Amino acid sequence: MDWVNAIVQGILIGGLYALFAAGLSLIFGVMRLVNIAHGDFIIAAAYLAYVVISATGLHPLLSLVFVVPVAAAAGYVLQATILNRTLGDDLLPPLLVTFGLSVILQNGLLEIFTADSRKLDAGLLDIQTVSVLPGVSVGYMPVLMFMTAVLVIAGLQYIFYRTALGRAFRATSDDGEIAQLMGLDNRKVFAAAMALSFAVIAIAGVFLAVRANFDPFMGPARLIFGFEAVIIGGLGNLWGTLAGGVILGVAQAIGAQIDPGWQLLAGHIAFLVVLAVKPRGLFPRIEG
Amino acid sequence: MHHSITRSTSESRIAAVMAIILVAALAAAPWWGSTAELRLIGEFMIYLSLASLWNLLAGYAGLISVGQQAYVGFGGYMLFTCAIYLGLNPLLAIPVAGVLGALVSIPVAFLVFRLNGAYFAIGTWVVAEVFRLGFAQISSLGGGSGTSLPIKVMKAMAGSKWMREAMIFETALLLGIGTVLAIYLLLRSRIGIGLTAIRDSQIASASLGVRVERIKLVTYVAVAGMTAMVGALIFITKLRITPDAAFSVNEWTAFVIFIVVIGGIGTIEGPIIGTIVFFVLREYMADLGSVYLMILGAMAIAIMLVAPKGIWGYVRERFNLSFFPVGYRVKLDTEKALKPTDTPGGT
Repeated sequence: MDWVNAIVQGILIGGLYALFAAGLSLIFGVMRLVNIAHGDFIIAAAYLAYVVISATGLHPLLSLVFVVPVAAAAGYVLQATILNRTLGDDLLPPLLVTFGLSVILQNGLLEIFTADSRKLDAGLLDIQTVSVLPGVSVGYMPVLMFMTAVLVIAGLQYIFYRTALGRAFRATSDDGEIAQLMGLDNRKVFAAAMALSFAVIAIAGVFLAVRANFDPFMGPARLIFGFEAVIIGGLGNLWGTLAGGVILGVAQAIGAQIDPGWQLLAGHIAFLVVLAVKPRGLFPRIEG
Repeated sequence: MHHSITRSTSESRIAAVMAIILVAALAAAPWWGSTAELRLIGEFMIYLSLASLWNLLAGYAGLISVGQQAYVGFGGYMLFTCAIYLGLNPLLAIPVAGVLGALVSIPVAFLVFRLNGAYFAIGTWVVAEVFRLGFAQISSLGGGSGTSLPIKVMKAMAGSKWMREAMIFETALLLGIGTVLAIYLLLRSRIGIGLTAIRDSQIASASLGVRVERIKLVTYVAVAGMTAMVGALIFITKLRITPDAAFSVNEWTAFVIFIVVIGGIGTIEGPIIGTIVFFVLREYMADLGSVYLMILGAMAIAIMLVAPKGIWGYVRERFNLSFFPVGYRVKLDTEKALKPTDTPGGT
């Protein structure tokens, strides 16, 4: 039963990893930008929620009402003022600028909030569990987290393929110059994509902060988990990122079950195996 | 029109003479410098070497790695393994660590080269994490809490403290200057012309017959080997190794990236200038701790946005300077060019 339990928990954690991954995948899909500071922004969102909750006493999930719009606005501004200026044929500027942002964010959070780890308290949601199998019970929170991930991905999928904004995303992704000729302003499209990515970042940050302790230096590892989920699932496939997140979560759970020191290592190894065997991921988008 | 083609320039010849004098003076540092000064210059050489290597990788081969700490740490651990378990003299273990680092980078390259462009960067980071977590599992090397270099290993290197310090210093100098010189010679060679072509345009160089993938792989492996040698040296000077210190992304990659970006990416002079700037800033601002890191990050961002070629790129464009001439310059002979009877071509 220990093993079944571990795997079930791993699947549920996979939802959180999919949330890390979805924002990353979205940005890469629209503008080929890899935001190295992605994980640090997730942590920054967690701290923002922490501040909001400390000031208002709101429940963490309700704090999303503040955190998501603020994060989305921050993403829009970041893209419009800084990141748009780095986009071009050269990969180096966006990578190095977001790398610089990552270092600034980590140390800025350290200055403001110290290195002490924090956690958001979700009250009863944190402790209540439901039994799914004899001997296997899952917490409300992980289930809620997984369901949120499914909803977020379904929502992104809807925006991408059913709305005017999504059409703009796909058009600029396919051919930015032609999209511009058709009257789209790429810079605004990119800023909107970053805003959407940051909205997902905010949700991921709050769930991360409810689930476990967080500190200013946790960002890079979240970036790596998200990235691994993207690659395992297959580039350009949003549902694939959910599958990738689940595979990563299960691999880590199995690793931890063998030896606690193997938790992270097992996840990385699963990623490297997929990379070696199926470099385009398990569920690559069909090109055509 | 008459013209002549040169590689060296008068300023590059002056710079070469001055560099030789400077290196000679530095080589004599154990006889004139204090322990603290030797350490500072040694550390300078270590960062100069790491920055030059990262620049070769990112600035020329287009391989933007944020995982070079994998090879720094690997080199360090190989040194400790060789010195503690094989009884090898630490200085002799440095080249061994380099060879092992180059070897281990081949399967790594097999994996990370499957990732394109920006994702390659994070892929290299994952590998570095795997190395860190992997070495933390090896209990004979102290696991997560690390291990120290036994005093007898250091004693076997040389009897007196002065002699040890001098030997470590000269090795650092050799690695620092040697890296810059090796890259200079490499860039003047056939492979270097290929690398420079890749820097300027990958598609164009591939269509002209440059074997892009092969050159990238060779560069990656060579840089990994050299980085492992530097890593080995770093942990001789530190005498103690832990997985977190060995595979620190801040210390062995973030600083290095900032140095190269600030100095000027894609030039040989850039990393040298960047290292000088980095050490000057550190001298005045290191006490600020995390604020210092934020300033470095902000500087790198500002330079990327305003002057992406860094300090040296700006200076070079402004004054047409080159201290390490790797290209060819065409010099028109203006007096003769005025005469209309001259035939075109010819020197």
